[in-house]
Amino acid sequence: MGLMSSYRLRLRRKYLLLRAFRRRRQLKPVVNRMATCPRQPILLFSTMRNERIRLPYFLDYYRKLGVDHFLLVDNGSDDGTREYLAEQPDVSLWTATAGYKQSRFGTDWMMHLLRRHGSENWCLTVDVDEFLVFPYCETRSLRALTDWLDSSATRTFSAMLLDMYPKGPMHEQPYREGRNPFEIAQYFDSGNYVIHRNPGLGNLWIQGGPRARLYFADQPKQAPAMNKIPLVKWHPSYAYVSSTHMMLPRGLNLVFEDAGGEKPSGCLLHAKFLDTFAAKAEEELQRGQHYAESHEYRAYREGLTRERDLWCNWSEKYINWRQLEILGLMSKGNWA
Amino acid sequence: MTLGIVMLCHTALHRAAQVARHWAVAGCPVVIHLDRRVPDSDRAELVAALADLPDVRFSARVACEWGTFSLVEATLIATTQLLRDFPGADYVYLTSGSCLPLRPVAELQAYLAAHPGTDFIESVTTADVGWTIGGLNKERFTLRFPFSWRKQRRLFDGYVTLQRLLGVRRRIPAGLVPHLGSQWWCLTRRTLDAILQSPDRARHDRYFRRVWIPDESYFQTLVRKVSAKVESRSLTLSKFDFQGRPHVFYDDHLHLLRRSEAFLARKIWSDADLLYATYLAPADPAAARPEPNPGKIDRLFAKAVERRTKGRPGLFMQSRFPTKARGGNRAAAPYGVFEGFADLFEDFHPWLTRVAEARVHGHLFAPDRVHFAEGETIFKGGLSDSATLRDYNPRSFLTNLIWNSRGERQCFHFGPNDAQPITLFLAADPNATLMIVSGAFAIPLWRSGRPVADIRAEVARLQKIEAEFIALLQAPETKARVRLWSLADFVEDPVEPLHQIVDDLNPRASHRMTELPRMVDLTGFGNFIQELRNQGMQPVLMGDFPTEIDRTQLRDGPSHPKQAK
Repeated sequence: MGLMSSYRLRLRRKYLLLRAFRRRRQLKPVVNRMATCPRQPILLFSTMRNERIRLPYFLDYYRKLGVDHFLLVDNGSDDGTREYLAEQPDVSLWTATAGYKQSRFGTDWMMHLLRRHGSENWCLTVDVDEFLVFPYCETRSLRALTDWLDSSATRTFSAMLLDMYPKGPMHEQPYREGRNPFEIAQYFDSGNYVIHRNPGLGNLWIQGGPRARLYFADQPKQAPAMNKIPLVKWHPSYAYVSSTHMMLPRGLNLVFEDAGGEKPSGCLLHAKFLDTFAAKAEEELQRGQHYAESHEYRAYREGLTRERDLWCNWSEKYINWRQLEILGLMSKGNWA
Repeated sequence: MTLGIVMLCHTALHRAAQVARHWAVAGCPVVIHLDRRVPDSDRAELVAALADLPDVRFSARVACEWGTFSLVEATLIATTQLLRDFPGADYVYLTSGSCLPLRPVAELQAYLAAHPGTDFIESVTTADVGWTIGGLNKERFTLRFPFSWRKQRRLFDGYVTLQRLLGVRRRIPAGLVPHLGSQWWCLTRRTLDAILQSPDRARHDRYFRRVWIPDESYFQTLVRKVSAKVESRSLTLSKFDFQGRPHVFYDDHLHLLRRSEAFLARKIWSDADLLYATYLAPADPAAARPEPNPGKIDRLFAKAVERRTKGRPGLFMQSRFPTKARGGNRAAAPYGVFEGFADLFEDFHPWLTRVAEARVHGHLFAPDRVHFAEGETIFKGGLSDSATLRDYNPRSFLTNLIWNSRGERQCFHFGPNDAQPITLFLAADPNATLMIVSGAFAIPLWRSGRPVADIRAEVARLQKIEAEFIALLQAPETKARVRLWSLADFVEDPVEPLHQIVDDLNPRASHRMTELPRMVDLTGFGNFIQELRNQGMQPVLMGDFPTEIDRTQLRDGPSHPKQAK
């Protein structure tokens, strides 16, 4: 990496920071309860739209995990999402009516809030359908993990996205509010993830899972990225480059070991493939507000109309983090 | 017998207060050293919390930085105060704010009373220590370390290199033999007095001020000079990871800690409510302790370090992606690759499945689709049979396949008709066993019965591909096990190579192979090769194949293969 390309990355980072700063006025505060936070809180950041049905379980899940405060952006919901969130005692809420796409799919908003409220705290940036699983998460809280990362002078923690799906057509098992989505979407693909190293930013580019297997078999390059770095001890100079897939400065992307060992990592269980998915896919396609001209959603619609079951003979049924560890999807690293 | 406790604290002061109270209630005087950088408000809170305990004192404060003399200084100050304020104390135990007593204080007191005059301190000569950070042990004592290892790493490393280069050495004070060991010790008043009031104290302190990580060497070295009886082990259980950071104990370690023999453990996570509640509860003499088994803790942490430094070979995932030199070209388990055999034998596939006790796939890298064993369209782990997906990243495809089916030997066919990019990986993978009958790809073409003029170009194309593959395998960088026969050699004596294959794949097979696969009838193949030559091609990979023309000189015209039954 020469001086020139380092400088180019620096310019890119500055551009992303500026972008986020300029879009700060798109965020209108609804309620700010940051003052109620304890010292050194663990914060969760998320943007959402019309996710009312998922919220109770989502908030509950992360509260139990040890998140102290939620900083959320509501992107023009009309299903009561905003009202519900505004009532929660540990939520600070903003609304944004501007286009999701124009704000880099919410990343600009997230980055502004991260910089403003997250600096020098551990910040978890996830979607409302992503559920973090990390080593020992049944017996140790998120605070145990962040304390340990602090003591190892590590500022980022990687958690690969793991698509979860039900057996049989999605509409057969409707999701009900408050329910654990993984009682329905119990299955996942355990070993079909392909990895490329991204030479510019140094991160790993992981693709695979049921989406690549079914929707992108003919155009694997277009398959969605599964690598994510959702947990970061934020600093005002940091930037998310594309969703939470990769970061700048690029040293933050070195969440993997290249000398043979394993660093600790987790998984984000992805509860996308529920009965709510068909309606969501249709809505998003109409809005045209998603990545690559909603290419992904187009592929899903085609897949959906053919009533394809994501489940196959080799699908694994989810048990716990230890199972994911044994399968090699995540690692304890040297955390014992 | 009175045991005094020195506690070095800087965070989680509410836990330190709990532990200090535990000691004090059991009759141990405590002197707490608080890092100078702890805010005064926190200090006031701690002082207030312990105000009802007359035997808990606070020492003068020093700002402590890891790896520097400040930690020794803090210890010296607190120890001096303890010896002065509590003249009855016979033993001093150095602990930290995140230490937790694992056994009742009375047990510890009884143990020390039973070993009067013994100093419990790990103290090992530099030549014998196994733990080193940054590759320094002896040099900790002979170089100078004015820079912080944590904050000025480059300067630190640069200055070490420079001193090595210049051959600069500090002289170790006369009479001192450098020793290293865990910083958590339990020493007698006599020994401490001898160290603290030594006429050489100023000289020693001056020297150790420039030693690196003196808290692991100051007392460990000096104790050898003054102590009558050193028991070289720490009574505190403390494990370090590969970067020299202490492992942390959580609630889920309770069952392991119960089996430890140590009196204290470090370090305990400050929110480990269960551990604190369990071990700070009043001792219940009736409670039976499980059989001690300290090896279990050792194994747990040793495994964690191995996971971090070595990982699981053949696994490629979000937090393990080794470079080629560090295991990036290695699948998780041995596997067999067969080139040419399926062309030469009619029933090679079922035969191999039987004798090798392995999962035998077809051509995994076939151009149309992935031919998994038993014609499955999806294989273990959700691997798809789509050729496009496979060719997008053939290396990931193969390493996934081998990883997903650990515990079961995998074999597959390969040939010049298949997608070739994987050959680079195959050649460099020490887990690959490649069995190749070169030139056998011509057999199906010959048996197709098409005129030689039509298939000549095809034979030439395949021969070129196979020749490139073989050249790759014969390069010095190749790590795979390669067994290569030319078709002619193989046909001459097929039994021995087949035995060899079975031995390679299934070395523990008790029985010798009794059945052999059925070979295609090759009568006329020699003529076919000659015909190719006559058409201007040069078949080389098949070896020196005898032509029937030599034997039956009367036959003319292109030879046609006899279809084997």
